[in-house]
Amino acid sequence: MSEPPHRRRAHASSEDLERYAGLFAERTRVMRSSAMRDLMAVTARPEVISLAGGLPDTSTFPPQAFAAQMTRIAQESAAEALQYGPTEGFRETVDCIVEVMGAEGMLPDPEDVLVTTGGQQAIDLLCKALVDPGDAVICEAPTYPGAIPVFCSYEADTIQIECDGEGMRIDELEDTLERLELEGRKPKLIYSVPTFQNPAGVTMSLARRQRLVELARARELLVVEDNPYGLLRFGGEPLPPLYQLDGGDFVLYVGTFSKILSPGIRLGWVVAPPPLMEKIVLGKQAADLCTSTLTQYFVREYFSSGRWREYIESLIGIYRARRDTMIDALARYFPPQASWTEPDGGLFVWATLPPYIDTGDLLAKALREDVAFVPGQAAYVDGRGRSSMRLNFSAGSEDEIREGIRRIGRTVEEQVELYGALTGGREQGSHHPGMPGREAEDMPGNDETQPSAEPGHSVTLPGPADGRAERVKGGDVLPFKKAEGA
Amino acid sequence: MKVAVLKGGRSLERGVSLRSGARVEDALVRLGHEVVPVEADAGLVKRLVESRPDVAFVALHGPGGEDGTAQELLEILGISFTGPSVAACARCIDKVLAKHELRAAGLPTPDWFAFNETAFRELGAADALAGIEERLGFPLVIKPSRGGSALGIKFAENWFDVPEALVSAFSYDDKVLLERFVKGRELSVGVVGDQALPVVEAIPHEGDSYDFEARYEIGRTTFVCPAELSEEEAASVAEIALGAYEALGCSGFSRVDLILAADGPQVLEVNAIPGLTDTSLLPQAAEAAGLSFEQLIAKILELAGEPARA
Repeated sequence: MSEPPHRRRAHASSEDLERYAGLFAERTRVMRSSAMRDLMAVTARPEVISLAGGLPDTSTFPPQAFAAQMTRIAQESAAEALQYGPTEGFRETVDCIVEVMGAEGMLPDPEDVLVTTGGQQAIDLLCKALVDPGDAVICEAPTYPGAIPVFCSYEADTIQIECDGEGMRIDELEDTLERLELEGRKPKLIYSVPTFQNPAGVTMSLARRQRLVELARARELLVVEDNPYGLLRFGGEPLPPLYQLDGGDFVLYVGTFSKILSPGIRLGWVVAPPPLMEKIVLGKQAADLCTSTLTQYFVREYFSSGRWREYIESLIGIYRARRDTMIDALARYFPPQASWTEPDGGLFVWATLPPYIDTGDLLAKALREDVAFVPGQAAYVDGRGRSSMRLNFSAGSEDEIREGIRRIGRTVEEQVELYGALTGGREQGSHHPGMPGREAEDMPGNDETQPSAEPGHSVTLPGPADGRAERVKGGDVLPFKKAEGA
Repeated sequence: MKVAVLKGGRSLERGVSLRSGARVEDALVRLGHEVVPVEADAGLVKRLVESRPDVAFVALHGPGGEDGTAQELLEILGISFTGPSVAACARCIDKVLAKHELRAAGLPTPDWFAFNETAFRELGAADALAGIEERLGFPLVIKPSRGGSALGIKFAENWFDVPEALVSAFSYDDKVLLERFVKGRELSVGVVGDQALPVVEAIPHEGDSYDFEARYEIGRTTFVCPAELSEEEAASVAEIALGAYEALGCSGFSRVDLILAADGPQVLEVNAIPGLTDTSLLPQAAEAAGLSFEQLIAKILELAGEPARA
């Protein structure tokens, strides 16, 4: 190597570092710790079986179809496909979006649709248009890990409402709204992934969907329905989206082509009523002027073939088999103290371990066995979720899923045994004069976190310390050790 | 000179190592050396045999690179390398072993007890823990014995925190230590050759005092170099840091982390191969001593292969 491929900055002095640190915006304080970032970096080693990502399987998309579409674009629309486009997106893209939403029973006004750079940008633009620092934003507990940095970057006061097997607890939501009202506050938005939720895999029941929409209308609250997975259903009956129930007055809708076509094309959308849309468009102009025209042409070509539903059907077949493999493997390899969700669609299973196991630390141990998952803490703003993990079943083969779960199960088993030895087997219920174990009574959210006797049959999501939603202001950095149950 | 830069590896500090390695490579090029970047993977030995470097710059952190493993291979291949010897690396990476050496050399380090997993699983060590409260008292810091970053380090305020903290620490290593928590200022002393660099103080921001992960993070901790210490304090810290460096047999360069308690400095650990990234502490300290990053790298290279001071 004679010359460096590119020039790096000369070393920064300590004064430089402090000068930069002094310039950091307050919102940067919430960014994840570097130690955890380094840990996640190791999950990228090629030999690691990663159940951590949220990657759809793109390996079965026919390369010939891909080539034919791109060729047609090059031959017929090269200049336009390489040019800037309208901020709102092409009308033809919107037509495809209307078709996709129609497949789930929704009938949006095309004027209300904005094409975005992935669903992620839609969440960002909504927050940009609505959230001032300190404003309350409500989401599920656990919530989509990728939404947290967005809420934090707008310095929202993020309030998480517990989820169970029927999705967000609407009774708890109502309590929280009451409490906020007493403080003279009202949340700017309620963010929910009601169908095959990321990360928990649960789906909000029809009764709760109806109640949520009623609440939104009665209290004039905006609900953001993020629905990347609705069409990926492997079992059970489809439920109406919140957007359909509401008709689009109080429910804003976020959709994406990532899970039904390709995340690489970075195409998503947001549906919002005109006054709000105006502000969202301004935000979009500031962010990136317009969404990729090339990939909008790609989607247009793809939909003109009329085979997009066939492709989704093929994905559903693949994912159903992988989910079954994961659920079977969990029953076989995870200890009886663990529990997990059994999703009817989507990409994720949420597993919960005994409360004394920290899944962040477990990940370090699992990485030595070359397997990775997302520690549950990533789905909370307040340090909860320490004993849970998100497991993805869409990206790996069935063999990889089985082997990955086997390896994680073994590391969990070792920790359960070790804890038993440390507490004198109290985990098994016997009395021993060894160490004082953290018994069930000492645990926060005891009734929710209690190990399930019948793994695989219950939905177990960790509960907040006092049975109520906890509020953590965006920008707060929690002390290392949360005073659990104290 | 032809210099092989060893970086990456499988440890949890892989990311830091890649950043350290990249900076070192740039500096070496600017110093006029021929650089051979070498990933510490299954092709390591082959790559070294093929490229025949004059010297290897070891920019590896954590187990596998900072523990003497890579250094042992370099010795077998007859390639001189930067930083501490095999034996010194092995002593530094193991906090328990290092603390025994420090004690034996009469250097202050917080009281501790160490256990391995077998002791709990097979020898009923849990029953022996009862004695720890009176010997060490709470709060305690529970750490994996081997591991360079903050991962797995937990603060236990009372008994109820201990089993969970032990399970966490055992996720990183099969040996853990329970150490008396010493309140004081957090200091770090880089040593190059036999010279202590100016002391760096890490001041965690409000609320982050017990967050070990916040410790070395820009924006959550303020770093002051040179630390505001009296002349006697600075001298005593430097003397103890140099003592620790020598007691563990370090050579080339290393970094000593200490706590300045009311009754004087206590050594927490010695990092055999500290980070060399743009936010790392040792290069900051070198800068404060008037040593540019290139000069620091040139100095470390010049010291490669020199035996430790007896």
